[in-house]
Amino acid sequence: MLRLTLRTLLARKVRLLMSGLAIVLGVAFLAGVLVFSNALSATFDGIINGSTPDGVVRAQDTDEFSGGVGGQSAQAMTPEVVASLAALPEVARADGDVAGAGLNLLASDGTLVGGTGAPTLSFNYHDGPNMRGEQALLLQKGRWPTADGEVVLDQRAAESGGYDIGDEVKLLAPFGELSRTARLVGIAEFNGGGTAGATLLILSTHEAQEIFYQGRDVFNRISLTAADGVTQKELAAAADRVLPPGFEAVTGTKVAKDSQDAVGGFLDVITIFLTVFAIIAVLVGGFIIVNTFSILVAQRTRELALLRALGSSRSQVTRSVLVEAFVLSLVSSTLAIGLGLLLARGLAAMFRSFGLDIAGRALDLTGDTVLTSYAVGIVVTMVAAYLPARRAGRVPPVAAMRADTTPERSSLRRRVIVGSAVLAIGAGFAAYGVRDSDALWIGVGAVLWILTVAALSPVIGKPVLAACRTLFAALFGAAGRLAGENALRDPRRTGATASALMIGLALVSTIGVLAASLNASVDDVVDDQFTADLLVQSPTFLPFSTEIGDRIATIDGVGVMTRQQFTSARYDDGSVFVAGVDDRFADVFDLDAVHGADRVSEDGAVVTTDFAAEHDMAVGDAVDLSFPGAQRLRAEIVGVVEQSEVTSEITVPLDDLAAAGVLRQDTSIGILLAPGADPRTVHDRVDEAATPAPIVGVYDKTEFADEIRGQVNQLLYIIYGLLALAIVIAVIGIVNTLGLSVIERTREIGLLRAVGMSRAKVRRMVTLESVTIAVLGAVLGMALGLLVGTLLQRALAEDLTSLGLPIAQLVAFLVVAIVVGVLAAVIPAIRAARLDVLDAIANE
Amino acid sequence: MQAVAARAIDLHKRYGAGDSEVRALDGVSLDIAAREFTAIMGPSGSGKSTLMHCLAALDTPTSGDVQIGDVTLSGLRDKALTTLRREQIGFVFQAFNLVPTLTARENILLPLYLAGRRGSFGGADREWFDTVVDTVGLRDRLTHRPSQMSGGQQQRVACARALVSKPSIVFADEPTGNLDSTSGAEVLGFLRRSVDEFDQTIVMVTHDPVAASYCDRVVFLADGRIVDEIRTPDREQILEHMTALQAAAVRGQA
Ligand SMILES: Nc1ncnc2c1ncn2[C@@H]1O[C@H](COP(=O)(O)OP(=O)(O)O)[C@@H](O)[C@H]1O
Ligand SMILES: [Mg+2]
Repeated sequence: MLRLTLRTLLARKVRLLMSGLAIVLGVAFLAGVLVFSNALSATFDGIINGSTPDGVVRAQDTDEFSGGVGGQSAQAMTPEVVASLAALPEVARADGDVAGAGLNLLASDGTLVGGTGAPTLSFNYHDGPNMRGEQALLLQKGRWPTADGEVVLDQRAAESGGYDIGDEVKLLAPFGELSRTARLVGIAEFNGGGTAGATLLILSTHEAQEIFYQGRDVFNRISLTAADGVTQKELAAAADRVLPPGFEAVTGTKVAKDSQDAVGGFLDVITIFLTVFAIIAVLVGGFIIVNTFSILVAQRTRELALLRALGSSRSQVTRSVLVEAFVLSLVSSTLAIGLGLLLARGLAAMFRSFGLDIAGRALDLTGDTVLTSYAVGIVVTMVAAYLPARRAGRVPPVAAMRADTTPERSSLRRRVIVGSAVLAIGAGFAAYGVRDSDALWIGVGAVLWILTVAALSPVIGKPVLAACRTLFAALFGAAGRLAGENALRDPRRTGATASALMIGLALVSTIGVLAASLNASVDDVVDDQFTADLLVQSPTFLPFSTEIGDRIATIDGVGVMTRQQFTSARYDDGSVFVAGVDDRFADVFDLDAVHGADRVSEDGAVVTTDFAAEHDMAVGDAVDLSFPGAQRLRAEIVGVVEQSEVTSEITVPLDDLAAAGVLRQDTSIGILLAPGADPRTVHDRVDEAATPAPIVGVYDKTEFADEIRGQVNQLLYIIYGLLALAIVIAVIGIVNTLGLSVIERTREIGLLRAVGMSRAKVRRMVTLESVTIAVLGAVLGMALGLLVGTLLQRALAEDLTSLGLPIAQLVAFLVVAIVVGVLAAVIPAIRAARLDVLDAIANE
Repeated sequence: MQAVAARAIDLHKRYGAGDSEVRALDGVSLDIAAREFTAIMGPSGSGKSTLMHCLAALDTPTSGDVQIGDVTLSGLRDKALTTLRREQIGFVFQAFNLVPTLTARENILLPLYLAGRRGSFGGADREWFDTVVDTVGLRDRLTHRPSQMSGGQQQRVACARALVSKPSIVFADEPTGNLDSTSGAEVLGFLRRSVDEFDQTIVMVTHDPVAASYCDRVVFLADGRIVDEIRTPDREQILEHMTALQAAAVRGQA
């Protein structure tokens, strides 16, 4: 029996290859994501481990990897502290670090390098070793910076800036005077591989102190190297004894782990995001396997019946189909893993364009990846093949004698009854989700709906198929009519094939509705909450020098200007976002006070309703915030306000932030025009004031809304791109079904040719059938997507204030579906047209 | 001299090569007279189907030529052949004659519809359609699909389809092969009437002497060659000729 199975497998190589392809693509995507995310963490692990010393002295409550958004603490240590540490017997050497964020690299044409993706890291150079006793930084070219006005960059930064060694490099300073220059003296990277996309600015110690501490001879970190035989713990303990208050010594291992945890959260988001799409692709592939095996079993009814008549048992027949599936899944998964490696490279290239640079040699297979890929490929295929295999076992021996080979099909009644019930349950979940504004329940309902609609597609889809038949008959005559009839001939097959496409389009349209709603809501939100006439800020909320504000303040036509600085602080063992605002903030922006005041006052903070509820606080209570270096800020809550786009969890006066040791920078500047001022002229002047700092943009309301829309749309296109794979797999499904149908209808096509159907018409007939399937999938998918998207908008109405229907996009999807249908039919149509009339009508 | 509807000129058809070569047709020349009902008979494997396929522009001979009316087939491209089949030739096969997704009426009108005569699932030459349908006696079956009809009814639909486009010649390959004798008689009677009443030309392959007795002329094939021929035969005559041929074949082998 096994040999027979393998023979059958080999005899239908092409057909199996096609169904295998569905699995290959899905699993390849999964393998690619796994390889990529392993490489992602390997890259960061390499850099973190390669650049962390035995021990680190840092300000207490420092956030590792805050990405520069949190600003810079004024807390620092003098060279005497470094000397006293170096003098300890446990310490082999102590090197003072000056590391800061906010210094940016400008290209030779004045545009920003990096900046909006991965962070720009600036620090002083010293040759302190990492935990393994190796150099923490590797020089690739030139030399290290030794004097003021010298800088070392990483390779990518130098390239994208258009700088060679010896060139004058343009820099954008975080404090004071905006523009600086330095001479490029070398190229370096982290020990451990590359920079993961970050831009490196390595300076001499004095220069770094100049930029970040106005020339004070201080350090904000100290790297410790343990003496021989001293453990990291002993080192940290010894160092702790001589430190000034507000600073702590931690082991290198802990620093590395903290960094990995901080990065890990962010990397997990990427991995989970990609994995979701891989799972979708695998599931769509599973659908196609079910369908292909069903058709194959149906076509082999006679052969299977003969086997049964000759004495094989039901389970033998079932098993033979399952063995076939197993071999198929094994071969497919193997191919998939190879393809996955390539896909991982594609993903890496995509993320590189977003500024996340992965060490190429990290893109490699691990045992886990191989195992997971095989497991998923095999399990999905076997599960998908199970039902068709069982049906194969049920073929009665008499079927061998019957002329017509179409096996009897149980009625769809039970499917309809069970399906309707599940649809109702899904509707229940969705209704609950809308009522409680909980998108999760709508998601659960949507998954139930998608699966049921797939199962019910033979019934639900009939009107669509009939409409296609009428339309195509009117447009294309005989070929169109016959195509419509063929699609209707076995609605289960048509429905199952269309369902694969339906899933993809349901997701795409849901996302489309959400994005359109978001785009539509942006105007509402901007009108309602961004009451400033002009807004100056970086798209990623990077802080910038107060000098920009100083320049703007002098511009004619600027009526009211308010500055805002964001930072993070520790509260109650957690991290909170704190905004410092000046006293004109409330004149520009309207905060909705629920209790108390709508504006801050001296030592008086305003919190959002969410924050107040979470921490059970009210007007009159005190909040205690801690900042790096044991700096505390105690403020009384003077108002509780509605959450909005311009509120932070806690808002305090700017001066209080400065008093807590946060170096003054601005994150956002809001401007009201002076009465009678010409908006265009003022806009131009503010633009001019901000030109030296390309990290910030100047936006009026429309531009601000457009900026947000641009970001939404970018994400939208990424998601569309990732869903495209599911659609490609669905196309393979259509190719498969059509190919098998053409084989099944060989004689019928021969007859049509004999009575005068031309080759072109045969091709058209197959193509139109394919288009019918694709349109069915598109219509069902888009209908579901519209429904789910609308419900989600309802549930999220607080943020998505208005519903947007992406009509143009939906039309485009329908057109894409038709094109997909045409493309999927190319090969089956050619094969059908090539069928030899004689073969087709020959009596066996 | 009667008009010639189709003509075979020294047809050869070989399959395979070397030891396994089969000469399915080995020099067949034949005129099919217009408005006649011609039967092609012969033992299984004698080349009947091959001859018919070549005559009907379904297959190309290895050498020799075929004319339908005054059109010579050799050198025609697929497109021209398709048009020729659609407009000049009607077919009835032994089995699988109908498109399962279409009703009887639609199956009958299929050749017209394929010719692109829009809306002709209804239009066409209404009168002729009615005549044909009434002659085959299918008036009350027109809206049925093939799966709802008996084998005899299906073959009659196939006959109606073969006639509806008024082809210059109809080819039938064992049209009664799968039918019981009553249904077979109905189909044959109908073919006979279409020759007598509508001046149709029909060529039928059969190995059933009863079927052949409906014909004006019987051509006998053996080993890819025409070996005998009789006109206006009855059943006994045909049986005699068949027996004689078999005896000759046995002698030939001995
Ligand atoms: N496609 C083919 N390939 C090889 N041999 C064929 C093919 N078709 C027919 N033959 C051979 O040609 C001969 C004539 O076949 P056919 O015309 O079908 O005979 P008949 O219809 O009289 O039974 C037979 O020996 C048959 O085996
Ligand atoms: Mg034959």
